[in-house]
Amino acid sequence: MFKKIMMLTVVIIGIQSNVALANINVFTCEPEWNALVKELGGNKVDSFSATNGLQDPHHIQARPGLISKMRKADLLVCSGAGLEVGWLPVLLRRASNPKLAVNQPGYFFAADYVKLLGIPKEIDRSQGDVHAAGNPHIQTSPKNIALVAKALVKRMKKIDPENAGYYQQNTDNFLKRWKQSMRKWKKQLKPFKGATFVVQHDSWDYLMDFAHFEQVATIEEKPGIPPSSGHLSNLLKQLKGNPADIIIHAGYQDKRASEWLSGRSGIKAVTLPFTVGGDDKAQDLFSLYDETFSVLTKALTH
Amino acid sequence: MMRYFLLINLLWVSLSFSPAFAKTPSSTPSTKQLKADLDQLKKDYQKRTKELESRLNDVEQANDEAEDNLDQLAIDVSQQSNQKSASTFNPAIGVVLNGRFVNYKNGSKYVFPGFFMGPESGPGSQGFQLGESELNMSANIDDKFFGSSTISFGGGGAAVEEAFIQTLSLGHGLGLKAGRFFSDIGYLTNKHTHTDDFANRPLPYEAFLGGQYGDDGIQATWLAPTKLYWESGTEIYRGDSFPAAGAANSGAGVWTAFTHVGGDIGLSHSWRAGLSYMHADVRDRQSSTANSTDHFTGISQLTIADFVYKWAPQGNRSEQELKLQGEYLFRNEAGTFSDTNLTNAKLDRNQDGWYLQAVYQFTQQWRLGVRTSRLTSGQLPSQFDGSLLDGLNHSPTQQSIMMDWSNSEFSRVRLQADANNLNGKPYNVYTLQYIVAFGAHGAHSY
Repeated sequence: MFKKIMMLTVVIIGIQSNVALANINVFTCEPEWNALVKELGGNKVDSFSATNGLQDPHHIQARPGLISKMRKADLLVCSGAGLEVGWLPVLLRRASNPKLAVNQPGYFFAADYVKLLGIPKEIDRSQGDVHAAGNPHIQTSPKNIALVAKALVKRMKKIDPENAGYYQQNTDNFLKRWKQSMRKWKKQLKPFKGATFVVQHDSWDYLMDFAHFEQVATIEEKPGIPPSSGHLSNLLKQLKGNPADIIIHAGYQDKRASEWLSGRSGIKAVTLPFTVGGDDKAQDLFSLYDETFSVLTKALTH
Repeated sequence: MMRYFLLINLLWVSLSFSPAFAKTPSSTPSTKQLKADLDQLKKDYQKRTKELESRLNDVEQANDEAEDNLDQLAIDVSQQSNQKSASTFNPAIGVVLNGRFVNYKNGSKYVFPGFFMGPESGPGSQGFQLGESELNMSANIDDKFFGSSTISFGGGGAAVEEAFIQTLSLGHGLGLKAGRFFSDIGYLTNKHTHTDDFANRPLPYEAFLGGQYGDDGIQATWLAPTKLYWESGTEIYRGDSFPAAGAANSGAGVWTAFTHVGGDIGLSHSWRAGLSYMHADVRDRQSSTANSTDHFTGISQLTIADFVYKWAPQGNRSEQELKLQGEYLFRNEAGTFSDTNLTNAKLDRNQDGWYLQAVYQFTQQWRLGVRTSRLTSGQLPSQFDGSLLDGLNHSPTQQSIMMDWSNSEFSRVRLQADANNLNGKPYNVYTLQYIVAFGAHGAHSY
């Protein structure tokens, strides 16, 4: 009996085990890093994203499915800066994967390689769910993507030195195309320099910086706390006296507040993809920004 | 900065060489000549303004290109990340405050006839009371170990709820834990009660585990290298906590084994199911609910089957989520029982219980939940009639409904009503509860 059970177990494990064809098995926390890993790693990586473009990356749980994925990963790529603080440490402990231990090449946080904005002067949760390290939503600026790519390829080369040349070549190629696109986007956005924005959540600091936009108000009174009606009516008063050019929110956010504000103030409200997979058109990093900036310029032109 | 500096330079250079200032008046000029001079001046200025504009454009373009120079930026950043790691706070300190107001009919008893109850069961006394409030400190000790300690306040006073070390990266899916910690059997056992969806634990947890099982011991787990999540583990405990007692076998009176499987179905669904077993060597266990002459010595075996299923549209649980959860607990206790009338009476009895609950988060801040739980006390020979173990042919039941509101992820206020029929005399319990957390960000466990 025991023998039979053991045999069955072995068979099940055999069937379930993922025969690793790829050289690097990557666990990414957000879809933008999944897309970047695929650009740099091509067919030598097998990459997975723990969240999709329609999920709030703050509110993920350490699901069983994520634990088993992390156990097999060679490389962890996440935003960092506290964005995944509620679930990533639990996953790392449960997965017990030595390749992803702190200070190993497999432990990679994108926020360590860009200049962080929005570092709070005072950390007090009466101000909402503040990120002490600074604003973690770094993917809203294309510049940050390039910076992260440069750091990430070094790790990939370290983990899989055999294919170092391949990764470097992919990265050079990616960065060349990326720089061209960045110039295109800058040109596209130039006429709208100084445009004033109302945002749903404080997640667009890097976009404001990249495009020289100005954020004048936030719909969420405090990060992570839905707006009260009092805050919304104050906001409306402010916007009537001093109108902004546009209201934006991410695809995964509840749009009722921004639609209400838009209806009352007459300021156009748009949904932006926020990350890869945030809408139908944003399917990779290039189309993410193509789509974001075309939605913005269209809305700002009218 | 660079840009402004360049601009000022350009302006200064153009102004100092401007012909308008270089010219000196010679003799008394005629109106015509003045007009001609003025025209000339205007033309010069227009030309110069144009030149300046085009040079400004050049400068801006140069600046844009400088921004493109990513190596330059990367250097700034490496300095920043050094600073960040130096200021990172260690350990993470979190505090949970939990308080409640409980109301039920005077004289209502929280006893399950036929069940030998452990401590800390029931809704407690009426009125205002401090619930399980706790102070947690945890940190990665180094690259190999994680440590955590939780001191709980409330009820009697302060107590060490958990204090353990855990390996971080043994590899091959292996994990070890040692110290005082909550068992991983079942679904609710290892959860701290402030993360629960209801103000109290379901009846079978109260009856068979005294709410939850935590003790001093050691745990080994193994996560299989499968696509499907599959984790198994075993634990050995001292055996001092209910349902065990007396720290049998030289202080290794309890052992457990458990296995859990789980995964995602598409983007919106996730699940976990498990089977657990606990074997407790019980030495001289006293009941907390009756007079202290009741004693049990023997073997207590508990088997738990558990499942949880969650649904959130596109997996985005910040707006909407449905959680279904249920567990079935089966217990056999065999040994000897003594009270004022019986001395070492032979006992071998099966008991079971289950609960099923659904919690629906319908907006970002509001949740509604219902739960039903039931116990069966099991058959006994007639010699036990009238003793603590006499089930009085009644199966205790409880129906609960709760609604809670969370201002943020860190604060929650809950109202719950329980319809209890524990011993044939139904009564209701109303609980108003707050749970808040501050300090380190709590973990989003599944």
